[in-house]
Amino acid sequence: MEKREVDLEVRNLRKYYPAGRRRFLKAVDDVSFTVYRGETLGIVGESGCGKTTCGKTAIGMLPKTGGEVFFQGKDVHRMTKKERFDFTGKVQMIFQDPYASLDSHQKVYQIVAEGIRIHKLASDKEQEQEMVYELLNMVGLNAEHAGRNVHEFSGGQRQRIGIARALSVNPEFLFCDEPVSALDVSLQAQIVNLLMKLQQEKHLTMLFIAHDLSVVKHISDRIGVMYLGKMVEMTDCDELYDNPLHPYTEALLAAVPIADPDLAEKRKGIVLEGDVPSPVNPPAGCRFCSRCSRRMDICLVEEPVMKEISPGHTVACHLYR
Amino acid sequence: MEHETVITITEESFRPLERRKKEMPPAVSHSVWKDISIELISNKVALVSLILLLIIIIGALFAPLSPYDPYALDSSQKLQGISRAHWFGTDEFGRDYFTRVLYGGRVSLTVGFLSMLVTITLGTSIGVFSGYMGGRLDALLMRFTDIFLALPSMLLMVILNTFLQPGLFTLVAVLSLFSWASVARITRAETMSLKERDFVVATKNLGASSLLIAVKHIIPNVLGPVIVAASLSVANAILMESSLSYLGLGVQIPLASWGSMLQGAQSHILDHPLLAVFPGLMILITVLSFNLLGDVLRNALEPKIVK
Repeated sequence: MEKREVDLEVRNLRKYYPAGRRRFLKAVDDVSFTVYRGETLGIVGESGCGKTTCGKTAIGMLPKTGGEVFFQGKDVHRMTKKERFDFTGKVQMIFQDPYASLDSHQKVYQIVAEGIRIHKLASDKEQEQEMVYELLNMVGLNAEHAGRNVHEFSGGQRQRIGIARALSVNPEFLFCDEPVSALDVSLQAQIVNLLMKLQQEKHLTMLFIAHDLSVVKHISDRIGVMYLGKMVEMTDCDELYDNPLHPYTEALLAAVPIADPDLAEKRKGIVLEGDVPSPVNPPAGCRFCSRCSRRMDICLVEEPVMKEISPGHTVACHLYR
Repeated sequence: MEHETVITITEESFRPLERRKKEMPPAVSHSVWKDISIELISNKVALVSLILLLIIIIGALFAPLSPYDPYALDSSQKLQGISRAHWFGTDEFGRDYFTRVLYGGRVSLTVGFLSMLVTITLGTSIGVFSGYMGGRLDALLMRFTDIFLALPSMLLMVILNTFLQPGLFTLVAVLSLFSWASVARITRAETMSLKERDFVVATKNLGASSLLIAVKHIIPNVLGPVIVAASLSVANAILMESSLSYLGLGVQIPLASWGSMLQGAQSHILDHPLLAVFPGLMILITVLSFNLLGDVLRNALEPKIVK
């Protein structure tokens, strides 16, 4: 594989929230990953494991507690006003909730044109209009929709508007924060396919966060698995599904519903016991040890670090050394 | 691979569903003005108060059409009862009382609306600024606001009016000074919740300046509660103005407001009670109407969840 260019590099990122009496909720704890130009990195994990916080901190939307994030060589958390402004033209976000993410007082045109105006991408009104219509076409809406109010649209259409807004500044990097989890299943595929189409057309780099493994598999080149604020496994998409190493990943994959009942019958189910421990007071040693089926003595004492087991496949587990 | 978990679904599979969606009527419009008009039509009391208010406002606007001069003294006509020539009779200086009430309405309504405008502008700016900025600046501004909320405003207004050159604009300034704080409180709370909302975050992500976000996204979204506060603020200002004028601290002679007319009627309260009844009635109707309209606006605007 040729040497790939790095778009986003996250090193030992930490994000703690104060939880009273000198305790901290460690939403993201020592997470490192790299997103190469033009690829899609999927991050999965159950609710509350810090996926969204990790993504938001990685693109500088939330202040970090520790660690470093570089976007195309620039420290995301140490930017001047001017650099920050340029950054907003390159990195855009798609939100989870298509209802909360659009201002219901605005018309579609205003929403999509906002970025064009802020970044002065159009020289006059006509060009602006042309760009807005093109963006709407690109996301599967049409010019006729531009004059409508946002509340006239369904969730899927709203998400398309949100995508058009994100694309209005010609970004290079798209952070998708569970963009389909609030939608009907019938619409999820449409939106995911749209995102994939756009990625190819525009050569976008994507950081895609989801809790739905089938969606992530469909769209990602590489996948990172998060558990309780930690990255536990990261590898290529196919490798993860064919050869999951971390017990947590195995359990996650075993939970994916199968449409064929005969196949589902044959599958060996792994049911995780107990709940996710509190991120305020995570277990000592490996964070997964309280629920792991293959727990060893060392897991209770020593925290495993990410190790590369085979090329491009890293895992944080004492089973592999 | 043991099992394939992903079912490939093409866009075609959704066509029938899409078609069905298209046939459904679009969601009901929830624009501010439409909500208000729906509420007004269903609420008869509010409709009546709106009509009464409009009559009073139009009457005050067209006051110069009256054949009488509101300031001309005519001792031969003093203290006459209700007649065809003088609908509300005349006062102790022989001035047509109906014309006086109309002109008084001009003053009272002007004070009411002007002080509402100043109150709303000042309160909204401070509230949005404070809420959006947050941190120490917010804490400082809010303590300042708290001070204004805690002051015995009537007493201070009386004292201030005594020291300042009395007049219409002094009155407006003093009234606004003591009523912007509650508006600032409301808008600040709204702003604090709005600024965390996704659509504001998205705009910020597009590189928008704070000013642009405040003007384009925050203010239009706090407008609902501000409109409610505005209508109540008019009523409050008219009432305050009347109280101050009654104490002789409002508009100065020969200019009259409903409040100062009440004061003038005081000496004849036993022999000519109607002199007090008319301006009193006008204050009552106007203030009540504005308050009722405020309630209607609140009903129309506050339940933001789709009904």
